[in-house]
Amino acid sequence: MKQGAVKMSIVDYGAGNLPSVERALQSLGAQTERVTRPEQLAAARVVVLPGVGHFAAFVDGLEERSLTETLRTVSDSGVPILGICLGLQALFSSSREAPGKAGLNFISGEVEALPKNVKSPHIGWNQVRHQRESILLRGIPEEAYFYFAHSYAARGKEEHTVGVCDHGFPFAAVIERGNLMGVQFHPEKSGGAGAKLLQNFFESVQ
Amino acid sequence: MTLARRIIPCLDVHGGRVLKGIAFESLRDMGDPETLAARYNRDGADELVLLDITASRDGRATFLETVRGVSRQLNIPFTAGGGIRTLQAGQAVLRAGADKVTVNTAAVERPDLISELAAQFGSQAVVLSMDVKLVSSGWEVFIRGGREATGLDAIAWARQGVERGAGEILLTSIDRDGTYSGFDCKLTAAVANTVSVPVIASGGAKTREHFLSVFSEGQADAALAASIFHDQTQPISSLKNYLAEHGVPIRLTP
Repeated sequence: MKQGAVKMSIVDYGAGNLPSVERALQSLGAQTERVTRPEQLAAARVVVLPGVGHFAAFVDGLEERSLTETLRTVSDSGVPILGICLGLQALFSSSREAPGKAGLNFISGEVEALPKNVKSPHIGWNQVRHQRESILLRGIPEEAYFYFAHSYAARGKEEHTVGVCDHGFPFAAVIERGNLMGVQFHPEKSGGAGAKLLQNFFESVQ
Repeated sequence: MTLARRIIPCLDVHGGRVLKGIAFESLRDMGDPETLAARYNRDGADELVLLDITASRDGRATFLETVRGVSRQLNIPFTAGGGIRTLQAGQAVLRAGADKVTVNTAAVERPDLISELAAQFGSQAVVLSMDVKLVSSGWEVFIRGGREATGLDAIAWARQGVERGAGEILLTSIDRDGTYSGFDCKLTAAVANTVSVPVIASGGAKTREHFLSVFSEGQADAALAASIFHDQTQPISSLKNYLAEHGVPIRLTP
């Protein structure tokens, strides 16, 4: 383990496959902790927000643990946050998956259902096209494959979308806006390309 | 940008070992699940499926240990199941590190199991396995390891499973399973054209051409096999190179 590596605080909202995310980060030399209480989150220096399942369960899970407001404070103070899968979607204002349920609204926009003319859930390995200079995609080849497993996606806006995937419509696969980052795929399940992306994240927060 | 077709090795696990030959022939030990999983992870498999072929209450703890051990070897997704009858049993395999849980017999007996799992973990975590045989009236679903007829039409059951929240269908042709005569492309295409979720074809694979036809004629999203991968009759990397050369969208690993 690297000396003095910044600890990664992984938000545990009650669902989600945390062990694989932890293992992937630890294999890079990161220290990790699971965060379930607002005071833990308030002290975080790097936040990882993994998520699988339903948008409503995610935002409710954060709310029940009184983590939502703290997450906002932490985000406003410039702490790096990496949302994974549903964790990326939760950064947006809302989702069609849970009409009327507010997302974190760190990034404005609505998460949409994938269209009916493609297989949904979008499950499997798909390619990401780079949009511009990116921290997370540095050194990763154009159109590298990552593992996706989702039925909803954010179209994203040009200014924060650094990587795009296409399944029914082009959607934000990788977003970066200041301290906010997010990936729609599962880097911890995406072989070598995913490991490289997590390493980029890890190095960027040291 | 294209969604790649997946190649999925399946580990049939009993008592902490990978075995070959479920019902029809004598069981043969194919090795240690963690060792095989690590090899597949390295060789470019897109995903793994881990099936508990013991599926008894006594064997459950051992299987969960295997799931835990395998998950530590992987940075690719994997599905686990076999004998999953309750939400709690499904939750246990997911907690042990699997990304998806697969249900089969119990889902036929109590279709609500699919809905319950999907509501709790999301459709992307629920794989409906179905074992199908061609009978005079059409394709029929069989349960209990293919031993018991259900009277259910395979296409109708696949559709119902998806309506209830299954995010993928793992479709095994009993007629082809263990025959090495190739996937049942007709059955696979019939299901793939009916449901809106990905279909994983299983049963009968031996040659590279079998895989090529299940992706073209069969319109499968993924193809699964077991022993031909374990004994390296069909090495993953050369199979994937072959498919890529023949125009199948495939994730090639360096």
